[in-house]
Amino acid sequence: MELLLDSLFNGVAIGSVLLVAALGLAIVFGLMGVINLAHGELMMLGAYTTYVTQLIFKLPILKPFYNSYIIVSIFLAFIVSGVVGILLEKTIIRKLYGSPLETLLATWGVSLILQQFVRSVPLAYGTGLVISLLIGLFLPTTFPSKIKESINFKYFKFSSWIFAALTGVLTGSVISSSVSKLSRASARNVDVTAPSWMRGQVEIIGTAFPKTRLMIIVITLISVIAITLFLNQSAWGMRIRAVTQNRQMSDCLGISTEKVDIITFGIGSGLAGVAGVAVSLLGSVGPNVGGNYIVGCFMVVVLGGVGNLLGTVLASFGIGIMTDLIGAGRLLSIWPDMPLPLSNTINFFATTSMARVMIFALIVIFLQFKPTGLFPQKGRMVEN
Amino acid sequence: MRISRRILAGLATASLAVTATSCGGGGTSGSFDDTVTVGILHSLSGTMAISESTLVDTEKMAIEEINAAGGVTVGGKSYKIEYIVEDGASDWPTFAEKSKKLIDQDGVPVVFGGWTSASRKAMLPVYESKDAFLYYPIQYEAQECSNNIFYTGATPNQQSEPATDFMYKRSPAAGGDFFLVGSDYVFPRTSNTITKAQVKQLGGKVVGEDYLPLGNTEVAPIISKIKKALPDGGIIINTLNGDQNVAFFKQIQDAGITPSSGYYVMNYSIAEEEISTIGPEFLEGHYGAWNYMMSIDTPASKKFAASFKKRWGADRVVADPQESAYNMVYLWKQAVEDAGTFDDNAVRKALVGQKFDAPQGPVEVMPNHHLSQTVRIGEINSEGGFTILEETGVVLPQAWNQKHPSSKGFACDWTDPSKGEKYKL
Repeated sequence: MELLLDSLFNGVAIGSVLLVAALGLAIVFGLMGVINLAHGELMMLGAYTTYVTQLIFKLPILKPFYNSYIIVSIFLAFIVSGVVGILLEKTIIRKLYGSPLETLLATWGVSLILQQFVRSVPLAYGTGLVISLLIGLFLPTTFPSKIKESINFKYFKFSSWIFAALTGVLTGSVISSSVSKLSRASARNVDVTAPSWMRGQVEIIGTAFPKTRLMIIVITLISVIAITLFLNQSAWGMRIRAVTQNRQMSDCLGISTEKVDIITFGIGSGLAGVAGVAVSLLGSVGPNVGGNYIVGCFMVVVLGGVGNLLGTVLASFGIGIMTDLIGAGRLLSIWPDMPLPLSNTINFFATTSMARVMIFALIVIFLQFKPTGLFPQKGRMVEN
Repeated sequence: MRISRRILAGLATASLAVTATSCGGGGTSGSFDDTVTVGILHSLSGTMAISESTLVDTEKMAIEEINAAGGVTVGGKSYKIEYIVEDGASDWPTFAEKSKKLIDQDGVPVVFGGWTSASRKAMLPVYESKDAFLYYPIQYEAQECSNNIFYTGATPNQQSEPATDFMYKRSPAAGGDFFLVGSDYVFPRTSNTITKAQVKQLGGKVVGEDYLPLGNTEVAPIISKIKKALPDGGIIINTLNGDQNVAFFKQIQDAGITPSSGYYVMNYSIAEEEISTIGPEFLEGHYGAWNYMMSIDTPASKKFAASFKKRWGADRVVADPQESAYNMVYLWKQAVEDAGTFDDNAVRKALVGQKFDAPQGPVEVMPNHHLSQTVRIGEINSEGGFTILEETGVVLPQAWNQKHPSSKGFACDWTDPSKGEKYKL
């Protein structure tokens, strides 16, 4: 019983890291069909947001609230990665819809740019830049419709960008002067330390579970529930699904596909940011952190069936449980006196490297029989 | 537009003029009779840049110190050392390419370079085919002995063997079982093969080993294996690389694998630089083994740390790889002065037997192109340094490990033409 519980928990823990990382991609790649190789770097931005938030919460004014910084950073990471994602969509990806190869190359380029950006720009000014983007993109939308429709709107827009730039520079220099760790550019990996209430273990039914793992599972659960509710219950969710199913028809019916694209991409990117927070709790935060997850993300989405959230969920937990089962050699403890050749084989694969090889092999075999994944999309549009 | 173009042209000529004066051979500035240009080849970009750039800083500092003390004196003439820094870009073929460039195009008499074993393996054929000389400063897995490389880092018998011995006999977990964790590449695998043979000799037991693919930070299966194999604590030997250590130590602490519950980790790749990145709160109470530790309380060690901080900033630290890099520049200088020429073959002969009062204590170049060194075992403290617990005498290097099944009974000697790279003892 304890063994089963332990194994199940480990599998779910590994799976939920995969799931939270792949969730955003399931939306961007699954629903929009955009192969976004910069997804890992959007995660990285989320992880760096956690780091910056942590340092800012160490300032004397915010010190009393230090313990809650991780909750705040989840929302901030969603916003930061979301905004960068929206910018990416508006400037690059929009021009490339329908040409997957070009999208792939362009987003790969973007991922390199983002990596080098965090290496060579002080994080304080990076924060300032993100704040400018945030204000510049959203300030004009808050203007009353009278101004929006006026012929001089472009001047209003322009001046709000100037205001945004000034605010960005100002916050950048304020942060840079008050937090010395953020004032210099560094390629060095940085470290997010979980607040004390999240470190250590909790005991449930006689088994000890690490709290950070539980936290990641909770973050993943909330993200999955929220995104499912959004897609199935809200008006915009319905529009997104409509555009996914039939873009031209939705366009004809008066849905602004342009807006739908921005929102979908923004949410997908924002979820990547949330994944970044989760990942920062496990390891260190560095420019390359996203690259370690991107292959796993695509694997999960393809295995689950492109365009299906339930498939993504099942695929990531499936891979998680298999990783634990093979990598930790669990089968041997369940069935200790199995025949020698079999137990030797299992022992051979019971290392992290070989477990990965085995998992990939199993996925390749699986996709031979079901090339469209666990839950293939059905419908008339699939043929195109 | 016209103006900017003119400015650009002006800048270009100015920069040309600057390069001409700084790199031109005729720089007989100050009291020097001539200059000699050496090559420095480390990664300044890519994943390894963080570590390797500290070596460039140290080598520059050593060269500046030598120049300030009058440069290299060869045949009655004093030479100022100048250097060309090339970027290996964390890419192993680039290391080979840049080596060719430094040897053929720049004609440098010596190259100081490399960090990873992969980069050294990529450079080795270049130096052997051109009969040039590479000075390599990192503790490594040995099982190699080239006439064209001088290794100033520790071999396994100068680091992991005394460390394993300490863990099994005198650590708080003495007599306990071993679990070996490493990144999946040549150094951890070779090092662990040696450790396994040694633990067997000592009468101990290795109850498990696992390797994490480079770049992977999911250590949950490893943790459950450690807990299964060592339910009541034990010894963990860690050869993980770079930021995988962060993931490992964060997660084992959360899983209750800590010194207070009887688990002690001995690390071969965590020096002062890494402690500050991972965070001493995760590492306190675990161990490390090195030849040099910043906390060595001798005038030479303090002077080394102080001059590095003075040159590169008060928040910088020095660690074992940097000390090796520092030593090799001085050893090269001494060998050149003894040989009376910059010619490779003469310098190589003069190098063996060179002694130097290094920050770690006296070191001497052995006939197998490795250094005899002192080994120290330290406990990581809350200030992010090592509290030195043990210090061996001077340990001779074994290029061919005497515990590894494939090299037992072999040695290397470049001073005797009949022996060479690998001969039977």
